[in-house]
Amino acid sequence: MKFLRMTLTAAFRALRRNKMRSALTILGIVIGVGAVIATVGLGQGAAAAVQDQIRSLGTNLLIVVPGTQRRGGAHSGWGGASTLSVLDARAIERESAGVRAVSYVRRGSAQVLYGNQNWRTTVQATTPSYLYVSDSEVSQGEFFDDRDMKIGARVVVLGETLVSQLFEAGEDPIGAVLRIKDTSFRVIGVLESKGGSSFGDDRDDLVLMPFTTAERRVLGTTAPGAVQNIMASGHTGEDAHGVALEIEDILRQRHDLRPDQESDFTVHTQDQFSSAMQNVTKILASVLLGIASISLLVGGIGIMNILLVSVTERTREIGIRMAVGAKGRHILVQFLVEAMILSVIGGLIGIILGLAGTQAIAHFVEIPFVFSPGTILFAVLFSGSVGIFFGFYPARKASNLDPIASLRYE
Amino acid sequence: MTEVIETRGLKKDFARGDVRVHALNGISVSIAPGEFVAIVGKSGSGKSTFMNILGCLDRPSEGSYFLDGQDVAGLSADERAELRSHKIGFVFQAFNLIPRTSALENVELPLIYNGISRAEQTRRARESLDKLGLGERVDHHPSELSGGEQQRVAIARALVNRPKLLLADEPTGNLDSRTSLEIMSILEQLNRGEGLTVILVTHEDDIAAFADRVLTFSDGEVVSDESGARAGKRVRADGPDQETRP
Ligand SMILES: Nc1ncnc2c1ncn2[C@@H]1O[C@H](COP(=O)(O)OP(=O)(O)OP(=O)(O)O)[C@@H](O)[C@H]1O
Ligand SMILES: [Mg+2]
Repeated sequence: MKFLRMTLTAAFRALRRNKMRSALTILGIVIGVGAVIATVGLGQGAAAAVQDQIRSLGTNLLIVVPGTQRRGGAHSGWGGASTLSVLDARAIERESAGVRAVSYVRRGSAQVLYGNQNWRTTVQATTPSYLYVSDSEVSQGEFFDDRDMKIGARVVVLGETLVSQLFEAGEDPIGAVLRIKDTSFRVIGVLESKGGSSFGDDRDDLVLMPFTTAERRVLGTTAPGAVQNIMASGHTGEDAHGVALEIEDILRQRHDLRPDQESDFTVHTQDQFSSAMQNVTKILASVLLGIASISLLVGGIGIMNILLVSVTERTREIGIRMAVGAKGRHILVQFLVEAMILSVIGGLIGIILGLAGTQAIAHFVEIPFVFSPGTILFAVLFSGSVGIFFGFYPARKASNLDPIASLRYE
Repeated sequence: MTEVIETRGLKKDFARGDVRVHALNGISVSIAPGEFVAIVGKSGSGKSTFMNILGCLDRPSEGSYFLDGQDVAGLSADERAELRSHKIGFVFQAFNLIPRTSALENVELPLIYNGISRAEQTRRARESLDKLGLGERVDHHPSELSGGEQQRVAIARALVNRPKLLLADEPTGNLDSRTSLEIMSILEQLNRGEGLTVILVTHEDDIAAFADRVLTFSDGEVVSDESGARAGKRVRADGPDQETRP
């Protein structure tokens, strides 16, 4: 105990003697620990964001995508030649008991012109029920209705990004007339912002219009009635998996599939969707954590390097200490303590900076800031062990020095 | 009464490349408590090698060494450290203070390693420094002290753990003659006044003259061992102006 306190004092004194060097060594650990904290924090934030986002897709949402599960996994059919049609969607709406509302979308991209502004964006052709099914809201104006759908009205609802790209700040977009594919459209509403997704795409960069209008004027009718996804909103409390089976039955029947044939579509429930997305986030997070851990490792090597230099420089001091009665383990502990001090100070600063960085980045990319005590504990223990691990070799070297040779060392 | 030091046929070899250097060739000496012994001899005769073994910093290749009645030859490194910590004070030619560290902390150093309370450490270190007239210099770093003062700090450090034996390898080697005499009168006072056993190595006759026994080394052997007043008188009688020699 007494010895430990003396050792601490001696260690601090030794580190103070070479302030710059100690500071740089600490910096290495700060960067390593900070990076670990930040990546873990951001990974958790991203996972939470994905969860949020999936929830924001709509309550009890089921998505039907073209293509078989076996061939391509969850994302395969998106945007490919579609096996789904408007008629499929209507059939689900008509026949499925567990479904409350159905919508469908077809996407394409087009240049949108307004005054002398223009912007390339996603045109999303859909139905009035989209608003309910996707759990979205309009922040200004209104969404198109069944009548607009029926007559193929040339009306559009804009995403926030489009509003900010085409209009001056403060300008009211409602009632403005845009041109898309040489057709003029009247803006009737603005969709409430959904924010960026955890994969960096902008979910507000789109223009929505009635499916009928889009088919006729913008996306073309090479395959009339073809849609990319059908979205169905189940009754609350309904077992999503049961509804999915029901939809599958309806569609198989419509597509004239024999029992031995595979489905040419896949029904995803929100759960599946969320776990798929979460897997991706998890993989991403572990890759980042791996990189961050390497920087912590580099920081550890920095400690080892500095201590080795220090042991050589202080050979004579070590000899003196031994001559007045220090045992090998006293010297060992002294150098280990120095290593620990460096790594723990670096660890603490790293935690603070890592958390601050996480918060800043989380704010910037609009994902939730997740504070986890577990990560901090991990970082403290990890940086402490880095100190012991990388400090051990130099400390051992010091403690094995021969007192006479050390005393003679110049 | 047990001898403080008793060596029998002490030998020490060093391997230098392929050749073996016989630094010590069978040294048998006994030194009683309270003796003041000077070791002289030309360079390379094995004086420092002998002192290092006496100080438990090194171990003999052959022969036995009893320190205060205890057989030291077979002890482990830790056990020798223990002895250094409790029974031996060492003073070096090069002072060997830890740089950028105050006199007080330098003197406290041996106490850190022998389990004495923090307050007691400081108290003893101050006492030791006071005794050597360095009460005003406790906070000075070695670089802020003169050579004589540094050596006094080193002596204070050697005494702080109340050793049985003070070993000084050319303690005045780096000092001018006036300061050397100062240091010697301190050692003399410790020996005569407090009965501390002192063994010192020197090249200078007037320094050896302080001792009451002189061992002369040559090629790793003791070639003369002159005890009692004779030794001192012989050296001092060599010239009437010895003590004022520059
Ligand atoms: N570690 C070592 N390795 C090899 N040879 C050594 C070692 N230490 C001492 N020697 C040799 O042993 C012999 C005795 O050396 P020692 O240092 O004891 O002499 P000394 O009497 O103290 O000399 P000086 O008066 O110059 O200090 C010398 O020949 C020296 O070169
Ligand atoms: Mg010598």
